[in-house]
Amino acid sequence: MSAQFLILAALAVPLAGALLIGIAGRISANLRETITLVTAGMLIYCVWSLLPEIYQGGRPGLQLLEVLPGIEIAFQAEPLGMLFAALASGLWLVNSIYSIGYMRGNRESKQTRFYVMFAVSLAATMGIAFAGNLFTLFLFYEMLTLSTYPLVSHKGDAKTVKSARVYLGILISASIGLLLPAIIWTYAVAGTGDFTAGGILRGHLDGPAVGLLLGLFVFGAAKAAVMPVHRWLPAAMVAPTPVSALLHAVAVVKAGVFTITKVVVYIFGIDFLFAEPSSGWLFYAAAFTIIAASVVALRQQNLKRLLAYSTIAQLSYVVMASAILKPLAEVGAAMHMLAHAFGKITLFFAAGAIYTASKKTELGQLRGIGRRMPITMTAFTIGALSMIGVPPTAGFVSKWYILAGAFQADNYVALATIIVSTALNAAYFLPIVYMVWFEKDNTPPGKEHGEAPFAAVLALVITALLTIGFFIYNGPAYELESQLVRGQP
Amino acid sequence: MQFLGMYHYWVFVMLLMIGFYAVVAKVNLVKKLIGLSIFQSAVFLLYITMSKVSGATAPIFQKGVTDALFSNPLPQVLILTAIVVGISTTALGLGIVVRIKEEYGTIEEQDIQEIDRR
Amino acid sequence: MINLESHLPVLQVVVPMLLAPLVVLLRPRGTAWAASTAISLMAFVIACYLVAGVLSGEEYRYALGAWPAPYGIALRVDAFSALLLMLVTGASSIALLAAKTSIDQGIESHRQPLFFSAWLLVLAGLAGILVAADAFNIFVFMEISSLASYVLVAGGTDRRALPAVFKYLIMGTIGATFYLIGVGLIYMMTGTLNLADMELRIHQVADQRPILVAAGFITVGLALKAAVFPLHVWLPNAYTYAPHAVSVFLAACATKVSIYVLLRFDFVVFQQNLSGHDLQFTAFLMPLAVLAILVGSAVAIFETNIKRLLAYSSVAQIGYILLGASLVSLSGLTASLLHMFNHALAKGALFLAVMGLATRLARLDLAHLAGAARQMPWTMSALVIAGLSLIGVPGTAGFISKWYLVTAALQEGALGIGLVAVIVAGSLMAVVYIWRIVEAAWFEQPLEENIELREAPPLMLGVIWLTALANVYFGLITDLPRTLATDAAQSLLGHLP
Repeated sequence: MSAQFLILAALAVPLAGALLIGIAGRISANLRETITLVTAGMLIYCVWSLLPEIYQGGRPGLQLLEVLPGIEIAFQAEPLGMLFAALASGLWLVNSIYSIGYMRGNRESKQTRFYVMFAVSLAATMGIAFAGNLFTLFLFYEMLTLSTYPLVSHKGDAKTVKSARVYLGILISASIGLLLPAIIWTYAVAGTGDFTAGGILRGHLDGPAVGLLLGLFVFGAAKAAVMPVHRWLPAAMVAPTPVSALLHAVAVVKAGVFTITKVVVYIFGIDFLFAEPSSGWLFYAAAFTIIAASVVALRQQNLKRLLAYSTIAQLSYVVMASAILKPLAEVGAAMHMLAHAFGKITLFFAAGAIYTASKKTELGQLRGIGRRMPITMTAFTIGALSMIGVPPTAGFVSKWYILAGAFQADNYVALATIIVSTALNAAYFLPIVYMVWFEKDNTPPGKEHGEAPFAAVLALVITALLTIGFFIYNGPAYELESQLVRGQP
Repeated sequence: MQFLGMYHYWVFVMLLMIGFYAVVAKVNLVKKLIGLSIFQSAVFLLYITMSKVSGATAPIFQKGVTDALFSNPLPQVLILTAIVVGISTTALGLGIVVRIKEEYGTIEEQDIQEIDRR
Repeated sequence: MINLESHLPVLQVVVPMLLAPLVVLLRPRGTAWAASTAISLMAFVIACYLVAGVLSGEEYRYALGAWPAPYGIALRVDAFSALLLMLVTGASSIALLAAKTSIDQGIESHRQPLFFSAWLLVLAGLAGILVAADAFNIFVFMEISSLASYVLVAGGTDRRALPAVFKYLIMGTIGATFYLIGVGLIYMMTGTLNLADMELRIHQVADQRPILVAAGFITVGLALKAAVFPLHVWLPNAYTYAPHAVSVFLAACATKVSIYVLLRFDFVVFQQNLSGHDLQFTAFLMPLAVLAILVGSAVAIFETNIKRLLAYSSVAQIGYILLGASLVSLSGLTASLLHMFNHALAKGALFLAVMGLATRLARLDLAHLAGAARQMPWTMSALVIAGLSLIGVPGTAGFISKWYLVTAALQEGALGIGLVAVIVAGSLMAVVYIWRIVEAAWFEQPLEENIELREAPPLMLGVIWLTALANVYFGLITDLPRTLATDAAQSLLGHLP
């Protein structure tokens, strides 16, 4: 099968899956979930079959149609997008297994809509990952926002709808108000929006305008949750946990940082930005977000909200790494997208498993829960260690590369930020770890519980193993991403 | 003296404004329509006066007369059409007023608004 | 054998106009609807032929009764008129095709033949405006279409339509009379009614003041008809209380035809002849356009009746159309003409979907919409697609015109950045008001009265989806409207020095 066909298939498979899931939902729940798993498996096949060609330096692409002269719907597979697509498709399968356990365990309503919209969201994510130019990226970016709204407002009560409105309001306003003008501006000055190695803006823009355009991109891609456009992420926590896990720890938020990294690398070009002083603020904005979000996380009592703020901080690691504007840091940014995904999805899976088994959501209720749910809490601990960056977990690897990039740029502010935030991460994760294992169980009598349903536990074991596995075996990912900046070690 | 010599334009403007005032200021729907008719008639007058050629006669061919000076017939033709349009508008407007009276029992604007608000 | 193609411009008007009285005679149930739909489709086919001809580089000129231009009645079809002819006949056909059930519900069967006859007269009048080459015939056709559309708007069962249509009649007549005054003044100074002749003769006129006054009268008069803010007050009620099918038809194209006349007069007749007129045009229209976008959208956010909400959105969208034109540049004018087309698609589809809802729902308030989407998912999905197009989300037709508009504004330097901000603000407000409908229909707990709802009738649903998909199609494959709009903009600008 040709690479072009595989790219199209990666888009078409989840959409076709969504259709079939919708039909199957009227027939039987088992059929519906079988189709979900089969679709996820086929998507993995399509996406991962592309990997060898990318490794060999191939950049397969295709143009679907030309909307206006110079503005096409076009796709191209390159290392960063490949990584993102491989990650999202792989975790979708794990997440689908988890969803089955969670949705059945909690007897959620409207499950068919849930699975359908999930598949549509994945199609949008694939579109973002393989987008060949800014216009295509934006098209799928908006599709992702809209298709996740029904997932966030799944519960349908007044409080949920209100939060979902914040979610949609911030994401849509920022994308139409800032990102779209930035894209039109880019097309207007450069005459194209194609992602091109080395950037396209050199010679078309200089001075403060560069900083302004960068600002429009960074805050327009509000999915990256750089403060002050981060408010949607805690609001989105009203969604069922599988949604929080895959979308708000992986697909949606990564779509944001992916957009920013891609714009920095392929639209501006890192050398161009590095030489342009007006773009320096991005680094500080990201550094501020890391520290501020970590401090806010310290004060959270609700587990999912704490994870949300931790996500905001971790996302800004990626943005900050991109903003260091050195080759190794860009590799670090890509690696951290991966590492954070494994760790954070494990943490969310654990939070959802706790909720399914015991309906507990607040930190104070978790004392001694490790003895009731040993497998879940072991996975949770691994995830937490990865967030802090302790070996042997994935978080250590990516921090290593980010730090290496910071040294390459002689950027000691980055160094300090990473050290302080590591301390802060430890300060809010370690007490939880201590509490769940070593404090006395305070579960009220009559509410005793064990582990969550098997499917949920299986999923979180897989992701916990991935978190450790990535520490041991990350060569292929590094090799892939070093192609991002080939020629500039 | 040129000021007064253009008196027909003054008539046009006055009629126009009288009509316009009635349309805007009257609350009775029939009076509004009367105003609208005056407003339109003013424009008819504008067209008719502009077609007048001094010393000329009506643009009708007569047997044996070959050198007569005629007024410009075109604006008169135009205004015939416009009058038809004006009559249709007034008729339709009055028709609507009749329907309003049937439905609301009044043709005073503020009463109708009052009823709709309830 | 008569060469039919050379007669197309006149057939465009004559077919619906002469057949309209015959429709009155069709008493048996449904025949009047079938006949007028067929006639409207015929007009649409004629319009498509004209578009094809214009695209192949032809410009139709037609002398009625073979009288040459300065004496006889001249007709002319170029890219601009062809674009709008396609729009008008298309909107009419789509609305009629879908409207059977809705009209049966809303209008007694013995009055239906009259209703359809009036409909065809509106169609003939609008088409007449678009093919006429002289100012007075434009007035006559404008009044034919207006008088007939008053009848249509008042044709339903809602008594609130009557005061609304009375207001519409008063304001419409004042607008038309203003236009007539302007035309009279120009005729007085130049002795011609033909637009092409006016263009040649006006700059020979020694005293330009009457021409300036004429320009004022014509612009204000047409602005009234086109519902340009703040002369839009007749529009919301007229659209809200009109029968649903009429709302589809009028919202899609009626005001746009007035804008067509406005632009033609301004670009062809006035701009090159009055010193500094392009400046006046911009100075007059741009602030109004900006206000229309901001105020129209803001009011729409707070409306609770869906049709009123969409009507106020129309006021805002007219603002976008004028904003593009007021830039007096090729890309601005292209954006403006494209937006005429794209907005007609989006608003037509929205009102069609509302018509679908109205066949099942008792009231069209947001509060009564709660949960309707669970029972009518297809209708509501189409509404969402059309709504996205109205907002200007990429992949839909609305995006294309917004893209052109923003690009055109960016060429204007510092002023342009402000305009981009206005466009963006308007789009964001559109997100809010469209989302209020979506949220009420999809995500709120269903009302008990809505539990038993059924989908819209199949034919109507088919047409609704056809239009909704057209919004996507023209968002991705843009050649046809883009070529027409660019050609039309070029020919309009070609009249400038």
